[in-house]
Amino acid sequence: MTDTPVSGAGGGIGRTARASWVARALSGGLLPVVTVVIAILAIWYVAVVPMNIKEVLTQQERAGAEIVPPSAAERRDAGRWGLVFNNFDLIGPSWSMERARLPAPHQVAQELWASTWDEEVNGRRGIVRSGTLSNRSLIYHGGVTLGATVVGFLIGAALGVALAVGIVYSRVMDLSVMPWAIISQTIPIVALAPMIIVVLYSVGLSGLVAKAVISAYLSFFPVVVGMVKGLRSPDQMQMDLLHTYNATPAQQFWRLRLPSSVPYLFASLKIGIAASLVGAIVGELPVQRGGLGARMLGGSYYGQTEQIWAALFAAAVLAAGLVWLIGWIERRTLRAMGAPT
Amino acid sequence: MVIGADNVSLTFQTNDGPVHALKDVNLTVERGEFVSFIGPSGCGKTTFLRAIAALEHPTGGTLSVNGMTPDEARRARAYGYVFQAAGLYPWRTIAGNIRLPLEIMGYSKSEMDERVKNVLELVELSGFGKKYPWQLSGGMQQRASIARALAFDADILLMDEPFGALDEIVRDRLNEELLSLWARTGKTIGFVTHSIPEAVYLSTKIVVMSPRPGRITDVIESPLPKERPLDIRDTPEFIEVAHRVRDGLRAGHGDEL
Ligand SMILES: Nc1ncnc2c1ncn2[C@@H]1O[C@H](COP(=O)(O)OP(=O)(O)OP(=O)(O)O)[C@@H](O)[C@H]1O
Ligand SMILES: [Mg+2]
Repeated sequence: MTDTPVSGAGGGIGRTARASWVARALSGGLLPVVTVVIAILAIWYVAVVPMNIKEVLTQQERAGAEIVPPSAAERRDAGRWGLVFNNFDLIGPSWSMERARLPAPHQVAQELWASTWDEEVNGRRGIVRSGTLSNRSLIYHGGVTLGATVVGFLIGAALGVALAVGIVYSRVMDLSVMPWAIISQTIPIVALAPMIIVVLYSVGLSGLVAKAVISAYLSFFPVVVGMVKGLRSPDQMQMDLLHTYNATPAQQFWRLRLPSSVPYLFASLKIGIAASLVGAIVGELPVQRGGLGARMLGGSYYGQTEQIWAALFAAAVLAAGLVWLIGWIERRTLRAMGAPT
Repeated sequence: MVIGADNVSLTFQTNDGPVHALKDVNLTVERGEFVSFIGPSGCGKTTFLRAIAALEHPTGGTLSVNGMTPDEARRARAYGYVFQAAGLYPWRTIAGNIRLPLEIMGYSKSEMDERVKNVLELVELSGFGKKYPWQLSGGMQQRASIARALAFDADILLMDEPFGALDEIVRDRLNEELLSLWARTGKTIGFVTHSIPEAVYLSTKIVVMSPRPGRITDVIESPLPKERPLDIRDTPEFIEVAHRVRDGLRAGHGDEL
């Protein structure tokens, strides 16, 4: 070793640091995640072939290729896998079809890039040139959905907590609210959403409020269920202890029931916020006024399957981010409440 | 008289019919006494202690605590209750747990700090106030729960097998501590245990109970002096009392042995 001490030491630290980062990432659950992602991508790429085979063959026929079987009518009734095996040398364009039945992952990735970074940075309507978000970008539509999701979630969570407190402290509410809450969740939201929007529109409420109402409708239920369980989680001994102090019901609530319910609350908030996002998207389906739901339905009107998939991925990323955020707040809260770290 | 039971009966109505947890229990406990309740499982020791604490209500007879009904005594915060499990709130520090009854009873901030410091010293947990329960051993947690029951001015201390889950060595130490604590505070203590040596070592009065129905079979006034080093357990007086307790337990079990 003839290096100067400084660069020698620096290089050493850099190497070990990098090596340990990789080791930590692999042992910390990255390896299984990567494996699953690769498997999904592989299945997806394979599935693209039979899904698009009929359109691919039509296109190849126009380009003058010989197809087995030759007539379009026969092909219409033929099995997809059979067509794939009979025309194996012709399946090349499967992964680059426009308006494919099932676009390939890289096509979706391209669409995602084009409708986020590319649109905002390079597009005429993008934020760089126009100063406002482009109404063609997923960032804009994601923001629209996010707003409705958060507002609806806050309403739903507050309503859920309030109902749970009522159910725990009032026998009448226990007997009357819970059955209705359960029934409310058995009605398919897709059937209910358009009615809610129409009704709210007729009283002058539309847009964000209407979507937030649907979000709240979906998210209050898990919060009620989790919170009731949480508020009832203190055991008899802990309740008896407060009884020996002659504690008031308010003291019992703030000092025992509420802190005991915190882990339950966060578990149900995570379910609730994901449900809120679904609610906001469903609320965007009937009215084409922006949002990821509108992008999905718009994509299906015009056969823009990449657009549907891109919007789906944007929704998934949004959901993951929101659930992660709740998890982060949960960790902070539980640490502040003395949980072992 | 601090605690007076006059023909107290307590029957639980269960799906399998009535359970006579207590039947015709008579007992008086004077101020400053240390009373142990001993007997086989299911003889109603916990039920009797809970009845004194107004956590259960007798179905017959009368029970008085400090000259009041148990429920009045509860509302007057006449006693501290130590449960079999420490039952500390995991989201509160040790000091926070001890502060819980003080907060509920409306003590001032400075008064709370003062009392927390004092009782932590009393149970030899000074310096652990800022720790969370999971950072303490089982024995330390149990001491913290005793400190919690001592923090406010109740002159009665009710303890339901507080050392049941601890090993012999820790138990000996806590027994010694409890005795010196009792001597310093002059509280009246009701103490449930399964251990004959523990009952004899601690008590001025030993109440022997038997099951089905739960009743008192013997009340033994201990002749041992108030000052009790651990090796008093090897003296003839101690062994004599222990024998009487064992005989009492056997008599109560007569039909089964
Ligand atoms: N809440 C209750 N409902 C019905 N029966 C009960 C209830 N609590 C206690 N019992 C019954 O009353 C009897 C006395 O119970 P208790 O808990 O007082 O016994 P114990 O002497 O404390 O026993 P151990 O030494 O096991 O703690 C038992 O037969 C028990 O099953
Ligand atoms: Mg018991």
